Amino acid sequence: MEESWAEPRLREKFMEDKQVERTHVPNRVFVIVWIALLCLTGLTIKAAQMKMGEWSMVANIAIASTKASLVLWFFMHLKYEKRVFKLLIFIPIITVSIIIGLTFFDIWYR
Amino acid sequence: MNETAPIEHRDYIGAKLGMWLFLFTEILLFGGMFLVYSVYREVNTADFHEAGMEMNMTIGAVNTLILLTSSLTMVLSISAIKSDAKMRSIFFQAVTIILGLAFLVNKYFEWSDHIRHGFYPDSPQLLAMGHGKILFFGLYYVMTGIHALHVLIGISIIGFVLILTLRESVSGKDYVKLENAGLFWHLVDVIWIYLFPLFYLIL
Amino acid sequence: MEASFYHAKTRYPGIFGWLFTTDHKRIGLLYLISTLSFFAVGVSLGLTMRLELIRSGMHIISAQTYNAIFTIHGVVMVFLFIIPGIPASLGNFVMPLQVGARDVAFPKVNILSWWLFIMGGTVVVTSLFTGGGPPDTGWTFYIPYSIRTGTNVSLAVFGVFLIGLSSTLTGMNFLTTIHRLRAPGMTWKRMTLFTWAIYATSWIQLLATPVLAITLLLIIMERFFGVGIFDPAKGGDPILFEHMFWIYSHPAVYIMIVPAMGAVTDIIPVFSRKNIFGYTAIAASSLAIAFVGYLVWGHHMFTSGMSDTARIIFSFLTFLVAVPSGVKVYSWIASLYKGSITLGAPLLYTLGFIFLFSIGGLTGLIQGALATNLHVHGTYFIVAHFHYVIFGGAVMGFFAGLHYWYPKMFGRMYEEHLAKLAWVFLFIGFNMLYFSMFVLGWEGMPRRYYDYLPRFNGPNLVSTIGSWVLAMGLIIMFYNLIHSLFAGAKAGDNPWGAASLEWQTSSPPPTENFEDIPVVTKGPYDFK
Repeated sequence: MEESWAEPRLREKFMEDKQVERTHVPNRVFVIVWIALLCLTGLTIKAAQMKMGEWSMVANIAIASTKASLVLWFFMHLKYEKRVFKLLIFIPIITVSIIIGLTFFDIWYR
Repeated sequence: MNETAPIEHRDYIGAKLGMWLFLFTEILLFGGMFLVYSVYREVNTADFHEAGMEMNMTIGAVNTLILLTSSLTMVLSISAIKSDAKMRSIFFQAVTIILGLAFLVNKYFEWSDHIRHGFYPDSPQLLAMGHGKILFFGLYYVMTGIHALHVLIGISIIGFVLILTLRESVSGKDYVKLENAGLFWHLVDVIWIYLFPLFYLIL
Repeated sequence: MEASFYHAKTRYPGIFGWLFTTDHKRIGLLYLISTLSFFAVGVSLGLTMRLELIRSGMHIISAQTYNAIFTIHGVVMVFLFIIPGIPASLGNFVMPLQVGARDVAFPKVNILSWWLFIMGGTVVVTSLFTGGGPPDTGWTFYIPYSIRTGTNVSLAVFGVFLIGLSSTLTGMNFLTTIHRLRAPGMTWKRMTLFTWAIYATSWIQLLATPVLAITLLLIIMERFFGVGIFDPAKGGDPILFEHMFWIYSHPAVYIMIVPAMGAVTDIIPVFSRKNIFGYTAIAASSLAIAFVGYLVWGHHMFTSGMSDTARIIFSFLTFLVAVPSGVKVYSWIASLYKGSITLGAPLLYTLGFIFLFSIGGLTGLIQGALATNLHVHGTYFIVAHFHYVIFGGAVMGFFAGLHYWYPKMFGRMYEEHLAKLAWVFLFIGFNMLYFSMFVLGWEGMPRRYYDYLPRFNGPNLVSTIGSWVLAMGLIIMFYNLIHSLFAGAKAGDNPWGAASLEWQTSSPPPTENFEDIPVVTKGPYDFK
């Protein structure tokens, strides 16, 4: 489809696309993130072996969330995306938290 | 005007937005399973700990490393295509697929081992072990099973995109399909990042 | 002047030009025809139930058949008619026109959605005739009966799963379209409130449906593999099933009602020649309903065995969700106030909607209060409530939208007097059919029973006769709409004198919607 410059919004969109496409992330960033992920994996195994009871699970979920955030932010490019993407990611996270949270008002107090 | 071709437009950000929205549905799909897991673990804590002893942490850890590395290779394949390094991109896509297959092979051996030891849904041995353990293994098979299905789907998608890259319909000028394949693959990795501690690190 | 989309030269010949189309307008019509066909099936099942219940002790069908019928009535009406309902048909046709786009963001995914819907519907229909026979669990598939019954639960549930996938993809498509494809000058605040409603609904479709998907998959796995996740004999928790089922199914009712509210919000300004009152409040209330709708699912479970703490919290949250709906009702009335009113069919159906929805909504508050809920749960009071909000609300709003956008979709006008006559039958029949049920429920008649005590005879008779009057109304209305396709007066581009974008192109529109993409300089209800 030809770009129709008579349509201003299309031109804006074209410029936006180009800007995001132009961000170049050097490979070394990704390798550093990967190494961090490996270290965090080792850490989470250690935390489990330390036998802190249910606090082990809290620690492990926290570490898992850190790893997930690294994957989202760097590997999935969220850091370099438009702001709307960064806002939208909270929607499913909040939704899952709500459905688990409200259900637990039943489970804990039965 | 005619409709011989579907109305197409190039909207790079729109294509990615669509993929991100689809990933939200996957988060909710697995979220439902995490809900079930968290409820049953809360109610059967001791049983879950005991059942967790049956899990092979080594295979779990190796699979974690495999998926994390495959996410790296996926990202490197996108960097490559952005610099128009077609063969390098294809190389990294192929490595990602191989790592994915290795994950599935590990899963196969792991499940076979459990089944041989009598830990499978509705097995007489499991039924005799009491509710908590039945639930743990039920969740184990369902959650890692549906996850493995997504690994298989991811491998297929990357395979498809690899062919497109060979044909140059995915190129340095238009690589959003590769990026979207990558997004799906990373999500599969993120799900496993949570599955690993929940099943393999209950000690 | 370009030819209409009906005359487009398509990639595939004849009927395949429709079945494999990627034009959102054709897809909207495909959905319209298929969902209305399923509606006819659902209505027939409903009429059969009412016939069985015409008198205490009198039977035309067995108890097992009755159980199957109310199950299928629910599954067909909920999953095959009203949830795809307005978004898939009117939303598909109208929304891209309203935002000034040439099509949705992903046209091929759009037709895939329709095919998933058709395949799911086929699987559901197949489940009626094979294996152990039609499911008899109710459309809610509660554990443990749904994992014990020998009827065709797995097949039916798989069909619903496919339909859910269709719904999810449509939500994704519409969200991307609204975010990315608005015409130049179309700011968020210049979108129509129908489009705002479709936007909010799409978020619900996107986020809630996957929870249903996993719940259904778990039923199938329980039935085939005995994983134990829901089976109480193995440690499974039936109440957990109810949580997961309603975590989807409550937001689902907002998928049903919010688009209907959007349709009537577009209609009111046009028929009172006045800008809408409270644009921002109405847009915000659509989003608020979508959000708060996620917090209230437990009100379906007050008698299930949940903790008291959970019951109190869910009851409180349920009262909150009524607030944004109230905001809309007040805004509609304020929009009509001192307007220059034309009582055309779209407005007549809209007024019916506001009245019937309000009754349904207020009775929802009675159900939301814990003490009264204990009295009415599982009775005909509940049946009456949801038919008032879904049928008197969402479906009436659907009919209003059908009449309003009829000239745009078909290039012809329906016959006005027949439309109004149909409305009279619908309104009277509806209230006879369902108001009686409020009385019956309050007096203690249980729902999902194929018989009842003789003291309930009176209102049941009124209800069944009401179902015939209602059916008459539906026949008149659909006769009018179908007959006018061939015999109706030709409609111009903008027979209502509306200001939103879909009316600034021909009726019916050309394939690419607009000759040139419009540049938007004013609001959607700005009549000057």
